[in-house]
Amino acid sequence: MTAQPNRRASGGLIDRSKVVRFRFDGRDFSGHPGDTLASALLANDEHMVARGFKYHRPRGIFGAGSEDPTALVQIGSDAARTDPNTRVTEQEIYDGLEALAQNVWPSLKFDVGAVNDLFSAFLPAGFYYKTFMGPLGNWMAFEPFIRKAAGLGKAPGAPDPDRYESINRHCDVLVAGGGPAGLMAALTAAKAGARVILAEETAALGGRLLSVDPDKVNLGDMAPTAWVESIAAELAGMDNVTVLTRTAAFGYYAQNFVGLWERVSDHLAPNDQPANLPRQRVWRVRAREVVLATGAVERPLVFHENDRPGIMLAGAARTFTHRYGVLPGKRVLVFANNDSAWEAAFDLQSSGARVAGIVDLRRDIDGGLLSTAAEHGISIHPGAAIVGTSGAQRVSGATVRRMSDSGGVEGPVTAIECDLLAVSGGWMPNIALFSQSRGKLVYDEDLSAFRPGQSWQKERSAGSAAATFDLDGCLKEGARAGADAASKAGIPAKAERPPKVEGAERPQGTPRVIPEIPSGRPRHKVRAWIDLQDDVTTKDLKLAVNEGYDSIEHAKRYTTSGMGTDQGKVANMNAFALVADALKKPIWQVGTTTYRQPWKPVTFAAMAGQHVGDHFHPRRVTPMHDWHKSNGAVFEPVGDWLRARAYQRPGESFEAAVRRESLAARESVAALDASTLGKIDIRGKDARTFLNRVYTNAWSKLAPGKARYGLMLGEDGMVMDDGVTACLADDHFHMTTTTGGAARVLTHLEDYIQTEWTDLEVYMTTVTEEWAVASLSGPDSWRVVAELCDGIDPDPEKFEFMSHTTATIDGVPVRVFRISFTGALAYEINIAADYGAWLWDKVMEAGQPYGIQPYGTEAMHLLRAEKGFVIVGQETDGTVTPADLRMDWIVSKAKGDFIGKRSLSRSDTVRTDRKQLVGLLTEDPTLMLEEGAHVIATATEPAEKPVPMLGHVTSSYDSPTIGRSIAMAMVESGGARMGERLWVSRKGGTPIPVKVTETDFLKMREDGDV
Amino acid sequence: MWRNPEPKPGYDAVVIGGGGHGLATAYYLAKEHGMTNIAVIEKGWIGGGNSGRNTTIIRSNYLFDESAAIYNHALQLWTTLGRELNYNIMMSHRGVLNLAHDEGEGRGLKRRVEANRLNGVDSEWLDAKQVKEFCPVINISQDIRYPVLGATLQRSGGTNRHDAVVWGYARACSAMGVDIIQQCEVTGIKTAKGAVTGVETTRGFIKTPKVACVTAGHTSVIASMLDIKLPIQSHPLQALVSEPIKPLVPCVIMSNAVHVYCSQSDKGELVIGAGIDAHTSYTQRGSMDIIEHQMASLCELLPPVARLRMMRQWGGIVDTCPDASPIISKTPVKGFYINGGWGTGGWKATPGSGHVFAWTVAKDDPHPIAAPFALDRFHSGALVAEHGAAAVAH
Ligand SMILES: Cc1cc2nc3c(=O)[nH]c(=O)nc-3n(C[C@H](O)[C@H](O)[C@H](O)COP(=O)(O)OP(=O)(O)OC[C@H]3O[C@@H](n4cnc5c(N)ncnc54)[C@H](O)[C@@H]3O)c2cc1C
Repeated sequence: MTAQPNRRASGGLIDRSKVVRFRFDGRDFSGHPGDTLASALLANDEHMVARGFKYHRPRGIFGAGSEDPTALVQIGSDAARTDPNTRVTEQEIYDGLEALAQNVWPSLKFDVGAVNDLFSAFLPAGFYYKTFMGPLGNWMAFEPFIRKAAGLGKAPGAPDPDRYESINRHCDVLVAGGGPAGLMAALTAAKAGARVILAEETAALGGRLLSVDPDKVNLGDMAPTAWVESIAAELAGMDNVTVLTRTAAFGYYAQNFVGLWERVSDHLAPNDQPANLPRQRVWRVRAREVVLATGAVERPLVFHENDRPGIMLAGAARTFTHRYGVLPGKRVLVFANNDSAWEAAFDLQSSGARVAGIVDLRRDIDGGLLSTAAEHGISIHPGAAIVGTSGAQRVSGATVRRMSDSGGVEGPVTAIECDLLAVSGGWMPNIALFSQSRGKLVYDEDLSAFRPGQSWQKERSAGSAAATFDLDGCLKEGARAGADAASKAGIPAKAERPPKVEGAERPQGTPRVIPEIPSGRPRHKVRAWIDLQDDVTTKDLKLAVNEGYDSIEHAKRYTTSGMGTDQGKVANMNAFALVADALKKPIWQVGTTTYRQPWKPVTFAAMAGQHVGDHFHPRRVTPMHDWHKSNGAVFEPVGDWLRARAYQRPGESFEAAVRRESLAARESVAALDASTLGKIDIRGKDARTFLNRVYTNAWSKLAPGKARYGLMLGEDGMVMDDGVTACLADDHFHMTTTTGGAARVLTHLEDYIQTEWTDLEVYMTTVTEEWAVASLSGPDSWRVVAELCDGIDPDPEKFEFMSHTTATIDGVPVRVFRISFTGALAYEINIAADYGAWLWDKVMEAGQPYGIQPYGTEAMHLLRAEKGFVIVGQETDGTVTPADLRMDWIVSKAKGDFIGKRSLSRSDTVRTDRKQLVGLLTEDPTLMLEEGAHVIATATEPAEKPVPMLGHVTSSYDSPTIGRSIAMAMVESGGARMGERLWVSRKGGTPIPVKVTETDFLKMREDGDV
Repeated sequence: MWRNPEPKPGYDAVVIGGGGHGLATAYYLAKEHGMTNIAVIEKGWIGGGNSGRNTTIIRSNYLFDESAAIYNHALQLWTTLGRELNYNIMMSHRGVLNLAHDEGEGRGLKRRVEANRLNGVDSEWLDAKQVKEFCPVINISQDIRYPVLGATLQRSGGTNRHDAVVWGYARACSAMGVDIIQQCEVTGIKTAKGAVTGVETTRGFIKTPKVACVTAGHTSVIASMLDIKLPIQSHPLQALVSEPIKPLVPCVIMSNAVHVYCSQSDKGELVIGAGIDAHTSYTQRGSMDIIEHQMASLCELLPPVARLRMMRQWGGIVDTCPDASPIISKTPVKGFYINGGWGTGGWKATPGSGHVFAWTVAKDDPHPIAAPFALDRFHSGALVAEHGAAAVAH
């Protein structure tokens, strides 16, 4: 355990009274509550935390927050709870936290992969594209090695034990960013009475106010943190305000929909995470108005050898100093092109560091700055550049030369020792969300950066996000933005008066941007990094432009600049500038690459929210489900439903259970839980007309008390669903659909009613879940119904096929239908769903004397196939017409138009050689065909491909009733092939000879044909 | 790489759309039909449309003979395209799994495997255990909402690098004399006596007797310039990538029922997609709920990925046809040809599509492989209904 040599004696949002212990790269360290991993490591004088993606060069902590490009580690070594690619600048520490270095072997400090750096000349941008394609398959041989070398951290090895959730929220004003502008915006809107959500990415409100010297700056006579606290307290006291910290607005979508990602308990040790809270939460916010107060990002300088650990953004150095109470270096060299970096230098000097010099690309420096520098005793190098740096795993010094008038460097080389090189290339408005919302960017020549222009959605930017860099301006603009947002949301508001600012620093002024700072050193010897994560240097981008990848998107893709986990937050602007320079075009003409969601990487599981495991997708079960479960049912998913497939008795095979169940349904009585069938209650004076239009057959004459089978087609004339619809009254029908098709059918019908046939008076209600249904099949089924039901004589002689009636069971009303999907005598009893389980018990009890058996979907499939009934979705696949099913009888020629009618007369649909439904009987009755196997015309399978296919097997069963295997198939000109010999191909075997037959196997058996 | 010429006053043919299909069309027009005085006109930068946005899943295990023919034609061409273009397109035949989660899906997939076999398309059926062996990260627990019952595997399927394909074709086209004109939008098409005479563009009028429209999500926009109505609906389709991680997903995984698909790029990112946004649109953006659903699906299928992070998401506009098959066709206007309607899954067809379309354009006669995909099928009803094979579909 080391001490914390760089910890300052006081200041910052950390609690020095408590010590937090953690491990990094196998070594023990300590920090304090409030520290991020970055600040705690810096307190321990550890700068190097990672290695580069490509060259494996040492990488340090460059930023202080989400903008950091390379300080990535793996958190946690537990297989289930490990988080790769975690930014040390964002991960807060807790006792026992373990962080591991990524993509290094054997260790961070000694990494074999670093040899890549020696070969860097052979690994320029796009080298993949130019190599590895020699003889065929070469890439496939190389790819595994490339893949192994790529990737940063490792995925967990076990399922995630943590919980996540998502929440929907509406608000009047969403404020993204809790810095000075955001706080004033939120306060203003909140005081006016608007419902406000304020989202701040980091753990505390305050933004850059937390990064300034509290002894120098005052807001309304308060230190910055005290002022922030007072505003926070005021907001906390209002119940129309939700303040979220550790919450990043990551995605700005259409209609002012903004995704917020809250890291609820990532900062706590797994054992300390409150059981009632999720690990992370996604807020799905629909905001009337949005204020983007997302601040600015500091821009790196592009100079040679700018990639060593200990080279850090100047603003980040200040954040560590004041927010976290850590001095990241003792001897600081500052490299700048703008005024704000001078303030940083003064600040670091007064905070205890020794500033070894300020190197500024600009020759003319403001007199005030010069005299302050002199007061601090800081040596200055105006109009100069850093032309090289030294230090293996931490910067140890830099060399400086004067800039010449011709844009190069000249004069003597001065070496300056340092252990921190603070760089600043100016500040760039953080326009990511603005750009996601489709706002138009404008290029600001003074800033040498883009700033928000015309908004597209209901948002406005404020503060440094809008290129307002002075504190007073930020506060005022924030208040105005809050007032504007609230007013536009319908809540009249006046901008709150901002506090009086004293001791404010000077903003950046006009930075001098040089796309690549000259060093006067041989080109092949030195590199200047643009993207520190993906190891993209100026050479790579220039090479891309030279080779002709001359649009910014092409250059980006070719070099992968800005495509790392930071998405180029600090790198992109420098890349644009360099490409523009290389193309000799103005930047605005080169443009930007597109800013995409998310602003920063968001956990998959947080996006999934609670929709995982049991909540992934609803499992619909029937009221009889528990009975099925306790009676050996094996289930299958059918649409959203779980249906009992068969009821296996102890020791019984699945096949045996299906045989037993199907025989009972033929020979005595068996019961199927048919509750899952879709049911639609249809009412209205035009209900009949409606049915006539949606089904292929005629419904005008169906009398109350009767039911009819119908086929429904799509506009293309293809079968889309089927079912029985019963007439309850002239203007009232009960439609059934397939289990899986219920929702689709209702949508289809509603679509017609609401958009095409608005003149029809028809109302539809889905009643699938209102009714539980027991379907009884078998010669004894009527006896069971007779015993169960009062007020009905189910005698098949009296209660006609395709009719229905009402009755009661112990006084509970039921509807009884005499319909059959098995071909046997069958009844369906419908009862209010609450009575479903009760009904089932009653059925089983009443059926006991007849040996009643429950039967599942597999027996049901077999039974209907014995009768030759089709299953939509099994015999059909969206390419099958009623005629193809050889069900022409169901298509009315007499009635008017119906959905799909026109398509039935198209030249291709009237072909007589289309595939048609037939039965297939194998010559060897013990052989079962494979469903999905194809029918061919030859006894041996031709070697030459493609082999002509006549059709395929849609259903195949071993039928105990028929006493052999049976199958159905769609076969070309099938109707005309009765009795013909064909073959069914199979992989690795000789084709199976079959005979083409009709599909009603029961009838064929009666007729002695089988 | 490629020249950036000023448009000439006229060409023998103009290809609208500098995506993979458009550039491939130009490439084969020049290479196989000797038409080198041609131009590819692109309104943005080449490859900036769906070519540069797609998840590059390549396979040919489609159900119907017509589809098997064209997608397999493409797969054959992919195999040697890198060498032909002397540009590494990173064609990785790492295998594509299509998972079955219920009996119905299993039945459909087995039918496809058998049809593929007889059509000479490599394809096999794996049971759940074999799926786990081939791709260990898949959850094959039978207790989950949609258990994996098995899968089809096409070993020759896989992924490649979209940009490389675009750039490789562009370079080869340019070398043969084809003009690639970027930042030039076609705004109108001129005709005389029922035949094309040229295109209006933001950089002036260009005379040409043949216009080949290859504009993916904007196919119907171009067709409407000639009052041709197409049965195409344009929808947003989104995709996303995770942060790069060490190798985890060795192949392409696709699931219809759970509705997501995933592969891992050579850089280590998981590349993830799912279904279209239900609304029609020409803006290249979708909504967040689609992403939430596909993340939930992925966590269900590959539980260890739950803690990874989504790094970048985007959308493209896909041109969907009612039968989930493309349109490669002559049109009622002489000299105007359409190649579109590839919807969510046209990348895999790029070389094959360009190859047969070039023939169709050059000879003014459909290539035999293209013939079934002519426009008149929407009148005759001879659809190639690949919904089953194309559903989530890539
Ligand atoms: C998110 C997503 C994932 C996908 N995943 C897969 C997958 O895994 N596998 C697969 O096989 N397919 C996939 N696809 C589909 C595939 O990308 C497309 O089918 C295919 O790329 C279309 O090719 P293209 O080259 O014709 O299209 P594009 O690349 O879109 O080319 C069309 C070009 O036309 C240009 N254009 C349009 N209008 C004009 C005009 N008026 N003037 C000039 N130029 C114009 C456009 O700018 C564009 O560059 C996916 C698509 C998306 C959006």
